[in-house]
Amino acid sequence: MSAVRKGPSLSLKTREAITGWLFVSPILTGFLIFFVGPLIAVFYYSTTEWNLLSQQSRFVGMANYVDALTRNETFWDVLVNSLVFAAGLVPLNMAMALGLALALSKSRPGAVFFRTVFFAPVITSAVAWAIIWTFLLQHESGAVNQGLSIFGIDGPNWLHEPDWAMVSVIFTRVLKTVGLNMILYIAALQSIPRDYEEAARLEGANGWEIFRRITWPLLAPTTLVIMVITVVGSLKVFDHIYLMTGGGPQNGTMVLAFYIYEQGFKFFNTGYAAALAVVLFALILMLTIVQMLLKASRK
Amino acid sequence: MNYRTQQKITRICWIVGLCALAIPFVFPFLWMLSGALKGQTDVFASSSLVPAKIHWSNFSEVFAYQPFARQYFNSLYIAIVVTIATLFISSMAGYALARLRFGGSAFILLVLVSALMMPEEVTIIPNFFLMKELGLMNSHMPLILLPLFGSQGVMATFLMRQYFLALPKELEEAGRMDGLSRFGVYFKIALPLSKPALSAVGIITFLFSWNLFLEPLVFVNDIELFTLPLALANFTDTYGLPLWHLQLAATALAVIPMLIVYVLAQRQIVESFAMSGVKG
Repeated sequence: MSAVRKGPSLSLKTREAITGWLFVSPILTGFLIFFVGPLIAVFYYSTTEWNLLSQQSRFVGMANYVDALTRNETFWDVLVNSLVFAAGLVPLNMAMALGLALALSKSRPGAVFFRTVFFAPVITSAVAWAIIWTFLLQHESGAVNQGLSIFGIDGPNWLHEPDWAMVSVIFTRVLKTVGLNMILYIAALQSIPRDYEEAARLEGANGWEIFRRITWPLLAPTTLVIMVITVVGSLKVFDHIYLMTGGGPQNGTMVLAFYIYEQGFKFFNTGYAAALAVVLFALILMLTIVQMLLKASRK
Repeated sequence: MNYRTQQKITRICWIVGLCALAIPFVFPFLWMLSGALKGQTDVFASSSLVPAKIHWSNFSEVFAYQPFARQYFNSLYIAIVVTIATLFISSMAGYALARLRFGGSAFILLVLVSALMMPEEVTIIPNFFLMKELGLMNSHMPLILLPLFGSQGVMATFLMRQYFLALPKELEEAGRMDGLSRFGVYFKIALPLSKPALSAVGIITFLFSWNLFLEPLVFVNDIELFTLPLALANFTDTYGLPLWHLQLAATALAVIPMLIVYVLAQRQIVESFAMSGVKG
């Protein structure tokens, strides 16, 4: 702060500017060192190959990307898995969140209780949630299959068959995160003026028409925010995969974020993992830009 | 059928439907507790939710298996440090970006906002080498520095800025008249007025740090330095198979205090998240 106290020799404007820079300097410094720097570095790393024996890296140009796109079949499986994961999770999550929000946005007795219940997994650590569900989804003796057997259904070996493993991970992830989207929808619903609905009722509109023509259009900005948050969230899913399936069986649940970790920290393919991180960066960047464009087109 | 009975039927359907939907949200916690109290052999042998015999010894075994108290403490103190540091650094930056005019502020804001959604997986590899270079491997520093200055810290800054923007300026101007410095105005006037935003950011930041998993997994090796999520994932026998009764007992020990706090401060916690989503 010493620069600020130097007194009358500096103009008010300059002093304000110096204070402003001082105030932002802690986060800015850290952000440059631990975010911007690494972000630039990941592009550099993606053009190198790390040699475990000589402990040295050498420049290989675009070889890591060529490797991913043409020679490594896993990469395409991983991309497809990530898309399947997002395509399964996002609509299910959003539809359920909206349904719960519509059921719980009005202050009926019991609404607060149910909101508390549906939101509880959000504050629970993903690791704990994944551990509990791994326990519940065991083949012979897991609670889920025992529950199904009451109805005469012979449940699959959830986490050890590729397709069911994907279903399991998507489903448990939806349960973990749907409460957050529900809360965002409830906040948006409660900000819609009551008069709109009452006016529509007087005009003779039924519940579905009110939802279709009033509520849904007014929720559009919230829906957009929720969609982007949920898609990004689905692309960075890591804890659930690590704990429930380890990417398996037969790479059936190997998604991008987990693949980066495995290549980078288990197999030490640093360059290749960095190239994968660049792909993830590009996907998120694309989503960010789409969101900004959609936002701008609304105004 | 008159209107009253119709209303009643709708209400009953509403409650029954919600109860059915609540099953996959409530039962996992009950099964966690049930498994935590069962013995190693009857975790799967009995399909009853209520244990035949309650094995309190599971909880003491958790502490014998690994330094669980130490790991619990690690998670707690790291989350507290991250939260306090974030509140200070992010509110200061947020205040400057909302109130002070200085060249480059619009650009800084743009750069920070564009990082809001970047997952830590993108930068984790260079950060690994950076921490190695800085000699911070196998320490808690990466678990403090990365949330503080990564997308989580950026989000905190952004939320604080939005809140300061909505505050009336008059009080701060009066403070200036009374001879307070810019820092004085921020610290003595603006901060006390932004308790709702500070508590929201605090709650979200605490939970973010408390639940962090990828960073501890990458940066920490010593079992003494583990955080809770890492410790929970570590209950396996020599074949790498999970020791369910211990793992569930440890999970219960980690989850139940948080659930109690959540139920007590339910309104405030839920509102914090609502705010982060609406503003972000």
